[in-house]
Amino acid sequence: MTTPIIRIEGLGKLYKIGEQQRARKGPTFGETLVTAFTRPFGKGSGHNASKEFWALRNVSFDVAEGEVVGVIGRNGAGKSTLFKILSRITDPTEGSAQLNGRVASLLEVGTGFHPELTGRENIFLNGAILGMTRAEIRKKLDEIVAFSEVEKFLDTPVKRYSSGMYVRLAFSVAAHLEPEILIVDEVLAVGDAAFQAKCLGKMRGISETDGRTVMFVSHNLASIRQLCQRVCLLDKGEITVIGAPDEAIGRYLSDAVVGKKVSVADWDDRETTGDARIVEIELQPGDVGEIAVIKMGQPLRIKMEVEIPEPLSDPNFGMLVYDSSGTPLLDLRSLHQILLVGRVTGRIAVQLEVAQLGLYPGHYFLSPWISDTGNRRNLDFPKMCVAFDVSPSGSDVDAQLDRDWGAYFVPSTWSVV
Amino acid sequence: MTKPDSLRLEPGAKRRHYWRDLWRYRELFYMLAWRDISVRYRQTAVGVAWAVLQPLATMIVMTVVFGKVAGLSKASGPPYALLVIAGMLPWQFFSSAFAGASQSLVTNAGLISKVYFPRMIIPAGAVATSFVDLLIAFTILLAMLIWFQFVPNWHIVVLPLFMALSFGAAMGFGLLVAALNVKFRDFRYVVPFIVQFGVYISPIGYSSELIRSRLGDTLYYVYCLNPIVGIIDGFRWAILGTPLDVFALLIACASVAVAILVGVWYFRRTETGFADII
Repeated sequence: MTTPIIRIEGLGKLYKIGEQQRARKGPTFGETLVTAFTRPFGKGSGHNASKEFWALRNVSFDVAEGEVVGVIGRNGAGKSTLFKILSRITDPTEGSAQLNGRVASLLEVGTGFHPELTGRENIFLNGAILGMTRAEIRKKLDEIVAFSEVEKFLDTPVKRYSSGMYVRLAFSVAAHLEPEILIVDEVLAVGDAAFQAKCLGKMRGISETDGRTVMFVSHNLASIRQLCQRVCLLDKGEITVIGAPDEAIGRYLSDAVVGKKVSVADWDDRETTGDARIVEIELQPGDVGEIAVIKMGQPLRIKMEVEIPEPLSDPNFGMLVYDSSGTPLLDLRSLHQILLVGRVTGRIAVQLEVAQLGLYPGHYFLSPWISDTGNRRNLDFPKMCVAFDVSPSGSDVDAQLDRDWGAYFVPSTWSVV
Repeated sequence: MTKPDSLRLEPGAKRRHYWRDLWRYRELFYMLAWRDISVRYRQTAVGVAWAVLQPLATMIVMTVVFGKVAGLSKASGPPYALLVIAGMLPWQFFSSAFAGASQSLVTNAGLISKVYFPRMIIPAGAVATSFVDLLIAFTILLAMLIWFQFVPNWHIVVLPLFMALSFGAAMGFGLLVAALNVKFRDFRYVVPFIVQFGVYISPIGYSSELIRSRLGDTLYYVYCLNPIVGIIDGFRWAILGTPLDVFALLIACASVAVAILVGVWYFRRTETGFADII
């Protein structure tokens, strides 16, 4: 029997919410002094003002050498906490993790990059931060530079780089680490598609060719499916599923709310600035039932209700539609038609209409979003919060169609010539 | 069977090989110190000359104010300007190293919450950066020794020991305040105050002999609890051959030792939680 390279047993991390918030605002020494006087016997009194919560609880699993394990879950599910413990950044509150090999972790692309330093200087600095020695970096410098495609700007300060160049350079340094265990947190979400594909290839090489162990978090379910042999789904700090990628991903997606009229005001997994909040999504398909089922080729109306606390002028709206593996299929935006809503505040509703929904029968997800004037940044973006099914059109010919055959129904004309 | 690189993570697990770990990460220490040094004077017109200009200007002001206006200059002994610069150099090193180290953890919060390394590297790097400035500023002293045609005696070989003492003082106080600053951001306001206060309670623009003659022996030794007194006197003794009270020096050594012990102890006790509260 071989020893697993990572053995995690009953791992848990407790945070005190109050403590963190106070630390962020700048706690005062005076407060502590006051506490020391009013409660001289410490926490024994039981009046603990700060709330406690388990960011991670009872997490146990083994990882074999050379395995690629993906970790998925909504925001706040504990993925980052797990990785922070495995990277030694923070101590667990209970349980243990045994790591039998040299660990390198990449929780952020370009940690420690300094804008005033040149690309070359940053390679050395970032390499040292990630645990490489100068000799190692010097040996791999050419490879790193070639991978990053920024040769020409190597002696330019990185503050003059485009964001794409910056990310490419940063990922290239990390990609050339040679640890036995590599821990990667959601870093593939950056860069252009071609570079992302290159990074995925590199990650695959790390495990397949070099036999190293990789654990990684991603919201990109397609890359999780491609890369991982096993996937761990976390929810509220605990493991829901650990097993085959399809099983875990299927379970993750099945959590989305299915229904005709869905409240998404409390959906956790969202990017938001607080300037707007999408509160409700209503699907108005041809046939009406409790679960939104849309027939292939039928019209679909989606109504989005948004709460806007402070007046906004001309926001933009959109919907992303994903298939059940998380691959985006449709990108519907109000920008394509220049919808001028003027200056709005309070609760407003917009509606989008698709004349013919051409998706093949299957299970689909929606991410609605609202962005500011000029579409510079998202104001609210609840991710994959609504699910719906597309059913065959009803004709016998279409009964056997599903997502395995194709993605879109496009009317076509056939004739003998 | 565990491999040599194996690692067990548990609550409250004592970092068994703490100092060995610190040594292993020395490359990172060099890189961080190098980063701070090389970034410091980028996009400035006179560049590294700032490391010389600042102490030079302060020295001139102090010489005029204390020597000419307040009339603290004595007829005998080394030139007053030399006395001031020999006090200025260790003080400027200590104050910038101490202030830099105190803020270092907070300014590197991004690094601390994303990467593991022994946290002591960061304040140590800040102190090392100021130490390089000290070495650069020594050129002023050298130029002034030539200008005044003053040749130091054999005491000069002991100077590195006093430099080490000032390094230790900056590290000790720096570690303590850096760790406190993670939890209590009040220290952002306390530090400049301490530094300003230090200018008055350290013999920078005057000689510590003056305190002794005015306050008497007992109060003088209380005054010496401020380790900067012993360090400055040591610098002056080594460079200019002015008298040095051995007992006062021992007090300085003792208070530096206490600062290091308390600083290291508190830092190590709190460093595992830095990422959670920074």
